[in-house]
Amino acid sequence: MKNVIFAGVGGQGVILASKVLMEVAQKRGFDVKESEVHGMAQRGGSVDCNVRYGTEVFSPLIPKGGADYVVSLEMLESMRKIDYLKKDAVLIVNREQINPAPVEIGAMKYPEDIEQWLKKNFANTVVVDTTEALKEAGTKKALNIVMLGCLSKYLDFEMKDWEDAIKTLVKEQFIEQNLKAFTLGRDLIKL
Amino acid sequence: MTRQLMLGNEAIARGAWEAGCRVAAGYPGTPSTEILETIARDYRDIKAQWSPNEKVALEVAAGASVAGARSLSTMKHVGLNVAADPLFTFSYTGVNGGLVIINADDPGAWSSQNEQDNRHISRAAKLPMLDPSNPAEAKEFTKLAFEISEKYDRPVIVRTTTRIAHSQGPVELGERAEVPLKDFVRDPKKYVMIPAHARPRHVFVEQQILKLKEYSSQSGLNKIEWRNKKRGIISNGVAYQYVREVCPDDSVLKIGMVWPLPDELIKEFASQVEELYVVEELDPFIEDYVKALGFKVKGKDIIPVCGELTPEIVDKALNGKDAEKVLPEYAGALPGRPPGLCKGCPHAFVFNVLKKLDVVVNGDIGCYTLGVLPPYSSMHSQGCMGASIGMHLGFEKARGDEMARHSVAVIGDSTFIHSGITSLIDMVYNRGTGTVIIMDNRVTAMTGHQENPATGKTLMGDDTYELDLEMMVKACGVKRVVVIDPKNIEELEKVIKEEMAAPEPSVIMTRRKCILKK
Repeated sequence: MKNVIFAGVGGQGVILASKVLMEVAQKRGFDVKESEVHGMAQRGGSVDCNVRYGTEVFSPLIPKGGADYVVSLEMLESMRKIDYLKKDAVLIVNREQINPAPVEIGAMKYPEDIEQWLKKNFANTVVVDTTEALKEAGTKKALNIVMLGCLSKYLDFEMKDWEDAIKTLVKEQFIEQNLKAFTLGRDLIKL
Repeated sequence: MTRQLMLGNEAIARGAWEAGCRVAAGYPGTPSTEILETIARDYRDIKAQWSPNEKVALEVAAGASVAGARSLSTMKHVGLNVAADPLFTFSYTGVNGGLVIINADDPGAWSSQNEQDNRHISRAAKLPMLDPSNPAEAKEFTKLAFEISEKYDRPVIVRTTTRIAHSQGPVELGERAEVPLKDFVRDPKKYVMIPAHARPRHVFVEQQILKLKEYSSQSGLNKIEWRNKKRGIISNGVAYQYVREVCPDDSVLKIGMVWPLPDELIKEFASQVEELYVVEELDPFIEDYVKALGFKVKGKDIIPVCGELTPEIVDKALNGKDAEKVLPEYAGALPGRPPGLCKGCPHAFVFNVLKKLDVVVNGDIGCYTLGVLPPYSSMHSQGCMGASIGMHLGFEKARGDEMARHSVAVIGDSTFIHSGITSLIDMVYNRGTGTVIIMDNRVTAMTGHQENPATGKTLMGDDTYELDLEMMVKACGVKRVVVIDPKNIEELEKVIKEEMAAPEPSVIMTRRKCILKK
C-alpha cells in the first residue's frame, strides 16, 4: 500500500493534486481511499489530503509514521507532517514561504531554518524551487500540478496515466497548461 | 457495473437518486453541504432546495413524504437541533413516501461549534439510524434507508461524520429506480397529532422500534466477522475502518445500524469472545448499551471521548503501540495557521471599526465568526445560528442601558434569515434598544457560497424573489435602519456610534458582496 500526504495552505489546490493521483491509482485497479478537510480550513488555514492506494485499503487516514510520501506546497506546512513520515519516506517540499496570520500581525516569526533543519534530520528531504517552472507554466495556480509532477518521478505510473487523469479532472481550457506544469515538475526531480 | 471515486457526500446524493427520491431540502452546513449541491448539479430529476433553516427543510421533506414522494433532508449535526421539533413528532406521524434525514456529525469540530454525538437523537426520537463506514456504504445505506422508512413507517436517519462525508472511495453505480408517487390518503389520525391521535401513535412507535430491533440483528447492516476469538471488538462508522487496519486478526461486530442496536447479535458476539471492546468516536453510546445487556466491556476507559479518532489512537489503545517517530522534536516555535478573513473581505472593515470602538460584540455563525481571532479580537459571545440578537437583548436586560450603548450584535444575511428574524422581533417587542449589524455579503459564504432567500436565485439556479431585508427589518418594528457600504470606514464608524447611542432598536446593514463572489 502507498500512502501520500499533500499539505499546503487553503487555496493552493491540494485537493486537485490528490484527485489526480487517486484517479491514476483507481484506473490502475487499486483500491483507493482519501480524506480531506473542507470548511474553516478553506479560509487560508492549513489544509491536507491523505491518499492511500493498494490491494485493500481500510482507513482513509494515514497513521502517524505511515506516510511513504509527504508533498508540501509550502515550507512551514511540511513541519506539521513530519510525525507522519516513515523511516524511508520521501519528503518533497516547495521552497515557498507564506506567512500565517500570527507572523503577519507580528506576534511570531516565520522560522527561517526549516530547510536546513529538515535536510539535517531527514536524509530523504527534497526541497524544490518552483519559481522558474511556474514562470514557464504561465501561472502560479499550477503549483499543485508542478508538485504532483515532482511526486510522479517516485511512483510507478506511466506518463500516459497521469496525462489521462489530468485531462479527466482539469477544466478543458487549462489542460495544456497543466500538462506542461506536470512535465516541468517532473524535470525538477533528478533521480 | 461502473465504479467511480466519490466523496461520501456525493455517494449519498447518488444513493438518493438511485432510490427514486423526488424532493430534497436542506440548509448548508459542513460537512453535509455537498449532498444537495451534487443533487442540483448531477441529479436534476430530484427537486432540490436550500431552505431558510433545517427545521423548514425537514418540514418540506416531511410534507413531500406525506404527499407520497420519497424525500430527503440534509443537515449538519447542530442543524438537527434546529429541526428537532418536527423530528420528534414526525416520528409519531411516520411517513408515506420514504423519508430519509442525513445528519453529519463533526468529531474533532473541524468546522463546528461543538462535537455533539447525534446517535443519542435517534434513540430519543425513536428513529432508526444507519451509520456507514465508507463512501460505498454511504450510497448503499442511503438507498436502503428509503426502503426501511417505508416498510417500518419511520423517518430514517443516516449519520455521517467528517471522515465519511469528506472522504473519497470507490462506489458502485446503479440505475435510478422509478418509484411512483404513493397515493395521498387523508388520514388525520396518522398525520394530525392532537393528543388523542398522538397517544395511540406513541404505542405504534414503540412497536415499530421493537420490530426494528429484530431487523437490526438480521438485516446484515450489523454483522459479525469472526476471526480470532481472543479479542472481540464492536465498532461503527469510520472507527470500524481503523479497527480493521490496526487489529486485522480480531473478531469484529460491525455496527452499520446504530439504532436500534442488535441485542441478539451483541449477545452472540459478546458471549463467544474472551475480551470485549467497543471502539467508537465520541460518547460511549454502544458501550453503555452493551453494559446494560450485562457484559463486561472495555471502551472509553482507553478510547478518548473528545476529538476524532485516528488509526494511531486506536493502535495505541488496543495494541499499546506508539507510532514510530523518525524525526526529532523541532526546538523552535512553529506559528499556527488559523483560518482568517480573506484580504478585502467586507466583514474586516466592520471588525476594524468595532475593534477601534472597543465595544462588546455578540457574534453569530459564519465567516465573520473569525472576527474573534487576531488581528480583530472583537467577538465576545457566540453559540449557535441566530443567537447574537437574543443574547444581545439578554445583555441589555442584565446590565441595562449602559451596556446597550456600548455593544452590538453582528449577524450575516443568511444567518439572519435562518434564525435571527424572530429574535429581532423579540428585541422590538420587549423594548430592547440595542444595535444589530447585519453583515450582508449577498451569499451564504462560509460553507462555500450557497444561494439563500436574499440572493434571488435558488439552488437549482432559477431566478426567484429576492428577499428585501430592509423591508423585513422594518416589518419587525425597527424604525432606525441604515444601509451602508462597509468600505466607507469613516462613515461606518460614525453610523455605528450614532446607532449605539440612540435609545431605540436599530439595524445597520453593511452591504458589500463577498470578495470571493464573482
